[in-house]
Amino acid sequence: MESPVVIVLEAMLGGAIRVSTPFMFVALGECVTEKSGRVNLGLEGTLVLGAMTAYAISFHTGSPWVGVLAAGVAGSVLGAMHGSICGLPKVNDVAVGIAMMLFGVGVAFFFGKPYIQPVAPRLQSIPLGSWSESPNLRSALEVNPLFFVGIAAAFALAWALRNTRWGLVVRTVGDSAAAARAMGVSVNGVRLMTTTIGGFFAGVGGAFLSLSYPGSWNQGLSSGQGLMAVALVIFARWKPLRCVLAALLFGAAGAIGPSLQAVGVTQGYYFFNAAPYILTLVIMIATSSAKHSAADMPGELSMAK
Amino acid sequence: MSSAIITRRALLKTAAFGAAGASLGLGSLRSARAADLVVGIVYVGARDDFGWNQAHAVAIKALKEVPGVKVSEEENVPETDAVSKSMESMINLDGASLILATSFGYYKPFVLDLAKKYPKVEFRHAAPLWNKATDPMNAGSYFGYLNQAHYVDGVAAGLSTKSNKIGFVAAKPIAIVLSNINSVLLGARSVNPNATVQVIFTGDWSMPVREAEATNALVDAGCDVITCHVDGPKVVIQTAEKRGAKTCGHNANQGPLAPKGFITGAEYKWETIYKGYAADIKSGKPLPNFLAGGFDADYVRNSPFGAGCSPEGQKAALAAIEGLKKGKPIYVGPLKDNKTGKIVIDKTYANDDPFLNNMDYLLQGVVGSTT
Repeated sequence: MESPVVIVLEAMLGGAIRVSTPFMFVALGECVTEKSGRVNLGLEGTLVLGAMTAYAISFHTGSPWVGVLAAGVAGSVLGAMHGSICGLPKVNDVAVGIAMMLFGVGVAFFFGKPYIQPVAPRLQSIPLGSWSESPNLRSALEVNPLFFVGIAAAFALAWALRNTRWGLVVRTVGDSAAAARAMGVSVNGVRLMTTTIGGFFAGVGGAFLSLSYPGSWNQGLSSGQGLMAVALVIFARWKPLRCVLAALLFGAAGAIGPSLQAVGVTQGYYFFNAAPYILTLVIMIATSSAKHSAADMPGELSMAK
Repeated sequence: MSSAIITRRALLKTAAFGAAGASLGLGSLRSARAADLVVGIVYVGARDDFGWNQAHAVAIKALKEVPGVKVSEEENVPETDAVSKSMESMINLDGASLILATSFGYYKPFVLDLAKKYPKVEFRHAAPLWNKATDPMNAGSYFGYLNQAHYVDGVAAGLSTKSNKIGFVAAKPIAIVLSNINSVLLGARSVNPNATVQVIFTGDWSMPVREAEATNALVDAGCDVITCHVDGPKVVIQTAEKRGAKTCGHNANQGPLAPKGFITGAEYKWETIYKGYAADIKSGKPLPNFLAGGFDADYVRNSPFGAGCSPEGQKAALAAIEGLKKGKPIYVGPLKDNKTGKIVIDKTYANDDPFLNNMDYLLQGVVGSTT
């Protein structure tokens, strides 16, 4: 029997790897969208629809990766809907986002009914812990390929936003729509594109939920993770790499509650189950600085105005 | 004069009624006339959730096969005004004379109000809430003591575990859940004195990611049998199977989800009650207002044994079922709680003793806390 501290640490490592991926994808998607000065609160709905689509397509085609792609496409459609509706004059993106959230969840439940019972082929994980003697560590290090895809995407996005013309255009649209228009850039066109990309990411995040961990489709699957991920973007101050860190932290903290109960620290589990939120608050307060966040925040965001 | 004017509302009304008649009414009215009895049932979730709702749906399927009985079902009905509308349309459009309301929150005020409004329709609700003094006589409750089947789970698990540690993923520390946990322990201890039960509370009825995390944490801590009391046990059973742990089910049969490690599971057998109601109505007998029972009344059962159950476990589990049918008590006192070591069950209680409904403790041998 290993010592309780080791078990909790292993569980946190495992939790960080297992739970973080959907947060990572949704947060990255939202990060791109918000960089262009628009908020899409509908990603919770996109996540759920992505989960349902991936499961259904994987079930019908027998290939989970086709399911992942389909989830991304379904997410893109929702994102494009949000993007085009918000392109109309005098439309509030937050309100549309809430409507899109309800829409996405509703559509997913409607079409997802027949897929609760059947078992679809899931994404295979890569066993990175085969060197270890400990079965716990081996299980914690079963990493899904999407986890690495997410991290790679974060690096790519961070680089592209900083170094490419595309990134410059997105950032300009996000910081000053007037300046972008003066440059001859179509503000609505760029925002439509970033919201669609954001939707794609969130859809893929949903695919992870239904095809990897927990790895089945049911109606309570997301339970608010899409909304939390949107909040993580603010926590990560609109930086893709920080989105990854925030998602990892959130996943690790989420494992604290169950694993403490498993090693016998059973009192106060409601408190420990709230660890991710408490930790997020503490870090936010500790690192908060009015100057920094103001500098990081895209100027066109409705909450910045 | 006004009657000559076709108002928009009147037109809509006729159209809606016509449409309803075409889609639901005609078919079921005709069948209602042919059938002696139409039973309406409302579910709070999906009928195929591998859990609570599925247990009812399985029983309804059995009820449909009874000649002369028609069923009108509606799923995903929230515990709001919506359930009143569903039930009323079952009564008025489908001609239902017995309504089964299967979710806890349907009872007050929705079932009670409708029971007063439709005194000729019988309403039955799946939780022990009916009160003779205050509630209408055409309403009532039915309920199964699932903890008896969890006790049998414990017996089978106690002889199928190698590490002597049984993991339990629980939603909330309320009496019904605590009784299931304690029954698993007592069942396991009855055949394996070294067995312990380790509990993780997730804090809510449906939290798939946290349930999966809890299952992983229990396996990490050395539990080699996992069982649960959450709304949809699918995630727990599948995660445990993936980790190579054995499993015991809850509410409905989850055997197909775990071909390698499934031991057995605690299931409701609502069909006994539903078929009983149908028979009573047909023979003109008054329906019982309050039904509660376990194996003695055939209201609960255990899932077919899976590959994870040892032969000794099967034998002992079947013997335990025979004992419970004869009313052999589960809670044989004195028993101590796991927090203070104080005696919480002073003597031996019958399995349906109301004393056990107020359970707010975990027994010695359970690792876990209610707070």
